[in-house]
Amino acid sequence: MKSLLKATVAAFALVAAGSAASAADVKACFIYVGPIGDFGWSYQHDQGRLAVEAEFGDKVETAYLESVPEGPDAERAIERFAREGCNIIFTTSFGYMNQTLKVAKKFPDVKFEHATGYKTADNVATYNSKFHQGRYIIGQIAAKQSKTGVAGYIASFPIPEVVAGINAFLLGAQSVNPDFKLKVVWVNTWFDPGKEADAAKALVDQGADIITQHTDSTAPLQVAQERGVHGFGQASDMINFAKDAQYTAIIDDWAPYYVERVQEVLDGTWKSESTWDGLAEGHVVMAPYTNLPEDVAEMAEATEAKIKGGWEPFTGPITKQDGSVAAEDGVPLDDGAILGMNWYVQGVDDKLPQ
Amino acid sequence: MFEAVLLTVITAATPLLIAAVGELVVERSGVLNLGVEGMMIMGAVVGFAVANQTGSGTLGVVAAIAAGMAMSALFGFLVLFLVANQVATGLALTILGIGFSGLIGEAFIGVPGLRIPSLYIPGLSDIPFIGPVFFQQDAIVYLGFALVAGVAYTLFRTRLGLVLRAVGDNHASAHALGYSVIKVRFLAVLFGGACAGLAGAYMSLAYTPQWVENMTAGRGWIALALVVFSSWLPLRVVAGAYLFGAVSVLNLHAQAHEMVNIPSQLLSSLPYLATILVLVLISANRRLTLVNTPACLGKPFVPDR
Repeated sequence: MKSLLKATVAAFALVAAGSAASAADVKACFIYVGPIGDFGWSYQHDQGRLAVEAEFGDKVETAYLESVPEGPDAERAIERFAREGCNIIFTTSFGYMNQTLKVAKKFPDVKFEHATGYKTADNVATYNSKFHQGRYIIGQIAAKQSKTGVAGYIASFPIPEVVAGINAFLLGAQSVNPDFKLKVVWVNTWFDPGKEADAAKALVDQGADIITQHTDSTAPLQVAQERGVHGFGQASDMINFAKDAQYTAIIDDWAPYYVERVQEVLDGTWKSESTWDGLAEGHVVMAPYTNLPEDVAEMAEATEAKIKGGWEPFTGPITKQDGSVAAEDGVPLDDGAILGMNWYVQGVDDKLPQ
Repeated sequence: MFEAVLLTVITAATPLLIAAVGELVVERSGVLNLGVEGMMIMGAVVGFAVANQTGSGTLGVVAAIAAGMAMSALFGFLVLFLVANQVATGLALTILGIGFSGLIGEAFIGVPGLRIPSLYIPGLSDIPFIGPVFFQQDAIVYLGFALVAGVAYTLFRTRLGLVLRAVGDNHASAHALGYSVIKVRFLAVLFGGACAGLAGAYMSLAYTPQWVENMTAGRGWIALALVVFSSWLPLRVVAGAYLFGAVSVLNLHAQAHEMVNIPSQLLSSLPYLATILVLVLISANRRLTLVNTPACLGKPFVPDR
């Protein structure tokens, strides 16, 4: 309700701004699920938009709508952009999937790009990033650096992407210390700084000396800083909030992808594709390794190089929590298994919410 | 362990407590201000911005209170002088606050904040358990309790409180007796705004010292529910805020603890289930509820001329 009204207000502002005629060759439009000021998911997408503006200058005009709720309202927002003469529209949240396809059908000449989805069409491409690659690296760092052998994981919702993140983190940690323990706390929100901070405090109070998160605010890292434990930035480099506590951060960098795709629209070479890239392509970037002993930083860099070289962190042997085998020794999981992951690896101290 | 839980509960409960006690005074005067969330978020952003620019937490808190009051003055002007619909105006105030705070706060995203220092009393603060829990909090926590005590005393033991309650219970009679209903209500609304601003400052300067859009994340609405929950009695607001804080913090602790295995969705909904349960229990006593509910709550007052 609140975000809906806010979106409406933003929509009016945009109508006013958009009425000024422009001579740009291509208009690229973006729809965000959160406020661009979340310093997390939507913030990073907007950084990508700004990179497009910086790259193309007057040739490309951009527009965006923030805090657009997932569901039927998104359809109106997407359709308005399509009518307004946007040539390419990026819809940046999973919940826009069906709405994007529906509008795309009505506007065959407009290109659509849907983030994190799995349905495509002739004029709808999908894109996502392999965040789990970064999670594996920070898991290794956690196991090296933890004194208590316990890490705390603040999780949002039990969707495959989050579950894969937890598994990748623990696999990384187990590769260093097979007995490493992971406590998972589900906060059932993407964004509530107060609640995320409370979760971090609870985890520290119960013995975790490494905090990691799959929620969007900087609050857990701030708690880590105050309590003298350590953690990792999420989506953005959060070192400013935790000078002594942040080891590194998994940064979502959408800029190269956005620039590339807008360039293709300019050149007339755009095609519908499914892009799922990671560290190697620069879509996932590790922030500088800080507050770490040299050997640990070197290990992290070595793992990063190995992943960039094509190694998949989800390579067997992988045992599920129930004891069954997920992947034999040396066999990597295929993309579908990772994108649809709904099971824990052995060693997670939690029961997956169903 | 228990101490750690208690400390987290205190931080979780304080913003709810302060915002709720302010709204309680507003509702006791017969005005329903649904804009608590909007005033709170404005307090949070202005408090953060001023503390960040001046380097003084105290100035930040003062500015946050002023921001909350400015928002509530706008509300008061619309509903008391222009007799606008209170529900619609309150909702609009929340939307305005969330949008406007995002605009003001744009420059402060990603800027580390400044934390209001905790109190330290030599001797007392060093006592195990009692020291950290009672004598090492920041000033706003104590201010919150002082506010509740002050409001409880004023409402039921002073002439001012009697007038306020009279205005809320029967504005026509209060008007006939020569009290200025509009003036009393406007002052009550300002007080509510000040409290919401202070609660916002607690969010951005003590709870999570940073600014991010929408950081109050619905706490203003919980504060509103707490007022009903307390059946308009200040001391029950304390009980409600701490119950709510305790249940939501225990949820997180229970999840992190390996012995407890309850679905997290159920645990997350516990604070709300607890609220509903207590509301049912309280409203079972019909007479008591009626006695405490301000009879003119939400009703506009237009003096005869």
